[in-house]
Amino acid sequence: MSANSRPAHGEHPTREALRMFARSPVAVVGFALLGAIVALALLGPMLMPADPFDIVAAPLSPPSFQEALLGTDQQGRDVLTGIVHGGRATLAVGLSAALVSVLIGITVGAIAGFFGGTIDEILMRVTEFFQVLPALLFSMVLVTLFTPTLMTIALSIGAVSWTATARLTRAEFLKLKELDFVAAEHVIGAGKGRIIWGVILPNALPPLIVSATFAIGTAILFEASLSFLGLGDPNRMSWGLMIGSSRSYILSSWWAVTFPGCMIFLTVLAVSLIGDGLNDALNPKLRERR
Amino acid sequence: MTAAGLLRIEGLSVEFGSGDNLARVLNDVAFEMKPRETLGIVGESGCGKSMTALAIMRLVPNPPGRISAGRIVLGGEDLLQATDARMRDIRGNRIAMIFQEPMTSLNPVFTVGSQIAESLTLHLGLSGAAARARGVELLKAVGIPSPEQRFDAYPHQLSGGMRQRVMIAMAIACEPELLIADEPTTALDVTVQAQIFDLLRSIQQARGMGLILITHDMGVIAEMTDRVVVMYGGRVVEQGATRDVLARPAHPYTRGLVACVPTLEMDGDGEPADLPEIPGVVPSIWELQTGCPFADRCNVVLPWCRQEMPAATLIGVAHWVACWQRQEGRP
Repeated sequence: MSANSRPAHGEHPTREALRMFARSPVAVVGFALLGAIVALALLGPMLMPADPFDIVAAPLSPPSFQEALLGTDQQGRDVLTGIVHGGRATLAVGLSAALVSVLIGITVGAIAGFFGGTIDEILMRVTEFFQVLPALLFSMVLVTLFTPTLMTIALSIGAVSWTATARLTRAEFLKLKELDFVAAEHVIGAGKGRIIWGVILPNALPPLIVSATFAIGTAILFEASLSFLGLGDPNRMSWGLMIGSSRSYILSSWWAVTFPGCMIFLTVLAVSLIGDGLNDALNPKLRERR
Repeated sequence: MTAAGLLRIEGLSVEFGSGDNLARVLNDVAFEMKPRETLGIVGESGCGKSMTALAIMRLVPNPPGRISAGRIVLGGEDLLQATDARMRDIRGNRIAMIFQEPMTSLNPVFTVGSQIAESLTLHLGLSGAAARARGVELLKAVGIPSPEQRFDAYPHQLSGGMRQRVMIAMAIACEPELLIADEPTTALDVTVQAQIFDLLRSIQQARGMGLILITHDMGVIAEMTDRVVVMYGGRVVEQGATRDVLARPAHPYTRGLVACVPTLEMDGDGEPADLPEIPGVVPSIWELQTGCPFADRCNVVLPWCRQEMPAATLIGVAHWVACWQRQEGRP
């Protein structure tokens, strides 16, 4: 491609990516699915104001149209109400844990990749230390050290799951910091902070956005695991808590664990589909194949 | 050494690595520039041209590189003594630089306007509408059609020549005293090259900047520069007024470079004349140098050339050469 033959047309890269995203059926399905789940979590409790911890029928009643549509658990609590109310906690923890993990990961990775040398060595050894720790065990320790609230759970999940983002960010920075436009920033006298956050990071964002999306899915599964193990916030209904409290009855009363399990599955699936769609839309190599 | 000089470089040495892996990429480089002068730095790849430019900006990659000796005096101030904050203030403001590759020198995720405005914000404190107005003015000054629209264009929407014009607009945004152009047209088509050189020349004259033009093309040197510095193996081997150096090249390497310029003349049998070449390759920077770095490729080498580097000798009006052939006697 000759330097001068390129037509001077084009659109904003973000808008182009959005258009690519909207064209991908997988991404649209994921987006619609996640939208429905978020709407359920946000609006559902208003439509079904009953307390999800209330006993509504005999324990372990099977799904029926008369009493509980999706059945009850071993304490007689309505599974449907639990699902509607539990979505908020699951999504809130998933999102904020992913946010914490991405913030730590980007900061560590950006500093390591940009400065290199001893700083890089130290930060990468720290990252490896966190990588070899069994993540679930470590976050269990963190949660039990503090009172399990949504905040501490999100922080402890974020604190154990930032390593992949850090490595990805570092790799992007190592690649980008050698490019001419970064040298050009040095040449006009821009400071290091400006170059890291204002010049290199925006160019590293496409893969990081994809990775952040997948991080949400991982964090939701993580939250479910912690709740399943009884380490969630016992005063907040969540899908993981529902699965955990009814796990002994899975063979006799399948509904108590299956329905919340399906919700987790659908949520993580939706997030993954969006991640795939974003990957296609933001990856310049795939984009050129249009 | 006139007080009115723009830039004076003395004994500049740059080293990479340490101990057994020590490489001297610049060795005792010295030259000076008057205001409004165009200085050409010419030499093969790897001879230290670009490293000299980076050293002037104090942007030698460190580690592994460092400036190990010398002085770089810009308008009376030694840049090697300046603090990092002072240096950031000087870069882009008093010294600006243009790179070889306009396709990659612009940040792909921001508009060209915002990249021009950045320098204005950093050094002149302009922002918003004022920065935009000044940016559009700069785009106009570098000959970009419909600058208002182009201000909001992304780099990928511009051709290579247009991008190099944008780079020049960014470089002159703060009215620098010195502009360093590192092979500014190597990546462009021949017709665009001529346009960019015309632009550089008119901008330099209009704004009274000093211009350092780094190139490997003797044709560009002849066309554009007042003085020329010929570098080889990290050393300055010859320097002087461009017409003197081209008319009476004293160093065998300069003679080779001058002879390498293709001409349209025919030889006796009506065929185009064969283009002479300089045999051999540039010595690796990792080889320990004693003596003249050009000795292995030189056709008039003397026995002691490999033992000691000749000092620069004055052979005309401000025309210096570092060659034993032009020295009285031997070491």
